[in-house]
Amino acid sequence: MARINMLQAINSALDITLAEHDNAVVFGEDVGIFGGVFRATSHLQEKFGRDRCFNTPLVEQGIIGFANGLAAQGSIAIAEIQFADYIFPAFDQIVNETAKFRYRSGNEFNVGSLVIRTPYGGGIAGGLYHSQSPEAYFAHTPGVKVVVPRNAYQAKGLLLAALKEPDPVIFFEPKRLYRASVGEVPEGSYELPLGKAEIVKNGEQVTVLAWGAQMEIIEKAVEMAEKDGISCEVIDLRTIAPWDFETVVQSVLKTGRLVINHEAPLSCGFGAEIAATVQEKCFLYLESPIIRVCGPDTPFPLIHEKEYMPDHLKTYEAIKRSVNY
Amino acid sequence: MLNPNNVTVSVVNQPHFIENGALEIPMYQVLNEQGDVIEGAQVPDIDKETALRIFDTMQFVRVLDDRMIAAQRQGRISFYMQCLGEEAAITASAAALGDTDMIMSQYREHAALHYRGFKLEQFMNQMFSNEKDLGKGRQMPIHYGCKELYFATVSSPLATQIPQATGYAYGQKLAGKKECTLCYFGEGAASEGDFHAGLNMAAVHKVPCIFFCRNNGYAISTPASEQFAGDGIASRGLGYGIKTIRVDGSDALAVYHATQLARKTAVEDNAPVLIESCAYRLGGHSTSDDPSGYRSKDEEKQFGSSDPLVKFKHWLEQKGWLDAQDEQVKLEELRKEILAAVKVAEVIDKPVFEEMFTDVYAEMTPHLLEQMNELKAHIKKYPEAYPVTSGRIV
Repeated sequence: MARINMLQAINSALDITLAEHDNAVVFGEDVGIFGGVFRATSHLQEKFGRDRCFNTPLVEQGIIGFANGLAAQGSIAIAEIQFADYIFPAFDQIVNETAKFRYRSGNEFNVGSLVIRTPYGGGIAGGLYHSQSPEAYFAHTPGVKVVVPRNAYQAKGLLLAALKEPDPVIFFEPKRLYRASVGEVPEGSYELPLGKAEIVKNGEQVTVLAWGAQMEIIEKAVEMAEKDGISCEVIDLRTIAPWDFETVVQSVLKTGRLVINHEAPLSCGFGAEIAATVQEKCFLYLESPIIRVCGPDTPFPLIHEKEYMPDHLKTYEAIKRSVNY
Repeated sequence: MLNPNNVTVSVVNQPHFIENGALEIPMYQVLNEQGDVIEGAQVPDIDKETALRIFDTMQFVRVLDDRMIAAQRQGRISFYMQCLGEEAAITASAAALGDTDMIMSQYREHAALHYRGFKLEQFMNQMFSNEKDLGKGRQMPIHYGCKELYFATVSSPLATQIPQATGYAYGQKLAGKKECTLCYFGEGAASEGDFHAGLNMAAVHKVPCIFFCRNNGYAISTPASEQFAGDGIASRGLGYGIKTIRVDGSDALAVYHATQLARKTAVEDNAPVLIESCAYRLGGHSTSDDPSGYRSKDEEKQFGSSDPLVKFKHWLEQKGWLDAQDEQVKLEELRKEILAAVKVAEVIDKPVFEEMFTDVYAEMTPHLLEQMNELKAHIKKYPEAYPVTSGRIV
């Protein structure tokens, strides 16, 4: 065990994979000698050579198209998109190709050995184009799995699992926590399950759910609510697609209340999907309406970042509203 | 035999592959490293007023960049990008345009905006995201835009402006106004699919657009050698059927002349032109990276010897258009003006919180109105948590 940050944890997962598999390849913009703009791929080129870790030209559709081909050939393709905000030129390759490779060929071909890593989210004064949380677009695409870790330990274990997963995975990394999230992380290999939510804290009166960088926000809100005597159950969804509705439903059947928090805009955010499923499966058990605490339906503004963020205070208020309904 | 191409195809009876580099694309240069006119070089027709205005902008941007990088290090602004080494390329190309020609930039082209007349306080208002910023504080520093000056607002995603420039120029052609669009982008952005889309459509639809590629050798940390294997960006223009020139981007006179001629072609013949301007990026990509992590000091020294400001200044002095002592005084004044402008801009109020919800649509939708009201009530409840806006909520 060592105390390391999330970037180091991700770097370690990549390092382990490149060392274990001669056919694992890391590529993307500036990931070579520079080690990526956030340094997640530091020293990988030095260690494994230019054939295994390299800079690509500046073309996201090319990166993912290349990754699809490489994965189809059987290599482990680990593609980095520098910011999730810049994933959209690759939307066609992901939605029409990555996601449908297996299905359209009747399982003749697949790109299951592809993982797309990309930093997402706000809180770094990034304005419109270095802050977005686009997980819902991809969760709407059958065929890709979508994973978001909340801390350094989770990041390494989930990334190693994603790399073993027989389906393509988009791995959204909360860049606000890259250096801020420091914790005990095993030096060797370990995996955390995909498609499985984690109950971070048990409670009785209300279920509070988030993923990624918003976990520390809801935990802060829950701390405030508990001081008011409200018992909260806290869930980290971890995998957005396919999401673990069983764990969430079981929790809401117990608490009767649900507050969902995500950074992405409210409308058609993944919270809408969760709310729809939970009301269907828990209708007679619900004590109050499901509340979503999300970004507003605006682009992500620079100067009003604090106002925009679904922060602990907004979440705390929502928890109280949910319980006092 | 049906010929699907646009040129006459000659037939050969032996297999004939054309090698990369078979076509030599020269670089147009007027000034040598010292700033003297190279013997036999074609010097553009440029008057004193224009030449000095170009120099003023180059100098302004050099000083502004220096001051604002310092301001970023002091934590006064969150981010900055300088154009060190590329001042001539950007300023002289903008100078060769008409006032109502559209400029669609990438992000490192604030010199063009200054040349057009964007004022010091306007630069500051944007960088400090205050309520006088035309962009209402929504974007990161240096994402300028100004309709009045025909300068489209910067968008961080790369190359998206290239096909947009093609479309804008098509509209200009349709309107019959004899105007053109100049689109700036880097050699890295030219790898994006949008580059292909934009240039191909411009050639097919014959639009008055100048594609100005700033080949500065680096896309963040990625050197041009890892960006493409062909002969720069210029070689691609020919593939699209676009008239193309390569210029020394550290040479204000060469850039000015090339852009003047390109504009003539664009406006008079309704044809796109590609200019590949080569000028090394002497600084980092932005304040977020340190070039020592990906390139050597030796390399920087080698390219740094060709300073566009030094060269152009020398030429102006040779012409007797510039007095070195006057310049020293002006430079000092400029530094003071910039420092003063920083102090003014940073204390101007930030935009009111309602501006977060405006301009998403032309008219605010009911759901946005509801979200705005909810947020207002929340900020009123926790004013200390939202210090930027809470003081001005009524």
